Amino acid sequence: MADGATLSTVLVLVTVALITYAWRGLGVLLSGRIDPEGPVFEWVGCVAYALLAGLIARMIVLPIGPLEATALGARLAAAAVALAMFFLSRKNIGLGVAAGAGALVLLTWVG
Amino acid sequence: MTERRDGTTAASAPRGYGSIRAAGLAGARRAMGVPAVVLGSSFLGFGALVHQAGFGLWAGIASTATAWALPGQVAMLELYAVGAPLLVLAVSIALVNARLLPMTITLMPAIQGRGMPRWAYYLAANWIAVTAWAAALRECPSLPENQRLPFFLGMSLALWIVTLGTTAIGFALAGAVPLYVTLGLVFLNPIYFMLVFAADVRRRPWVLALLFGGLAGPLFHLLSPDWGLLMTGLVAGTAAFLASRLWSAARG
Repeated sequence: MADGATLSTVLVLVTVALITYAWRGLGVLLSGRIDPEGPVFEWVGCVAYALLAGLIARMIVLPIGPLEATALGARLAAAAVALAMFFLSRKNIGLGVAAGAGALVLLTWVG
Repeated sequence: MTERRDGTTAASAPRGYGSIRAAGLAGARRAMGVPAVVLGSSFLGFGALVHQAGFGLWAGIASTATAWALPGQVAMLELYAVGAPLLVLAVSIALVNARLLPMTITLMPAIQGRGMPRWAYYLAANWIAVTAWAAALRECPSLPENQRLPFFLGMSLALWIVTLGTTAIGFALAGAVPLYVTLGLVFLNPIYFMLVFAADVRRRPWVLALLFGGLAGPLFHLLSPDWGLLMTGLVAGTAAFLASRLWSAARG
């Protein structure tokens, strides 16, 4: 078990590192040769944003790990607090994040 | 631009920061304020996620050291945690991080200069991520050519070192603090990304992609924890792309 887990962790890390660097290296190679504003990149941007938005929504609505122990209502309320603080503070991301995480801790602690 | 706290002149001055070394230090100083705090705490959250996903400390640090781009790192942990096959993980990460290609292409003209060897850019490319990227796009074009890459790398490397440290601290905290504090740490990342998107994403196709993806993500996860995320990206992303094209076409 331990050996298998270690191997797959290394495999995952190396795979992610190679794939991630490939995009950056390819960017250096192709700079000046292709248009980063073209429709292909618009589609790529759409897929990436949809995937990440899906991941974020899932992490809030259907979390895996310790957050499973918190109430769905508490997580949604904390996300709403984060958004409210963000817009009230003229889009200060740091304040919004602190308020959201703090709200979840408080709601869970109290509830 | 205004005078900086350390008394150096604005970046638009003909000599920029005066020397290559000074440009690198100026980049590092630029990192050591709000960017270091915000990015540092996000990686604190990443470190806590590493702990809960059953990844080792060294693996979390190795991830931050090599694949330094938080969305891909978080997606990797979540896919690892649901036990997704390696192929699904690889394709998902490729899609999440594909934005690094157009980002790099856009950044290159701003940091390129005569006298820098080509390999230096292939090496520097490993530290292209959104925070220093946005700052370098704004600032580097007005710097003397030989100071552009040093400014970018000074800022990136400073942020990188901070995030390596906070990855480790987040991991240690997650195992040591009361459970409800760990909950807050683990919650940092989804909230952080939600706000970053609310702050930065303006183009219509991408706004649609965020909405469609946000709705599809939990539903597709219920259909298949393994494939749900990848399907969310492809289906919701393509739908957003097509809807935006149709909208543009309808408006002539």
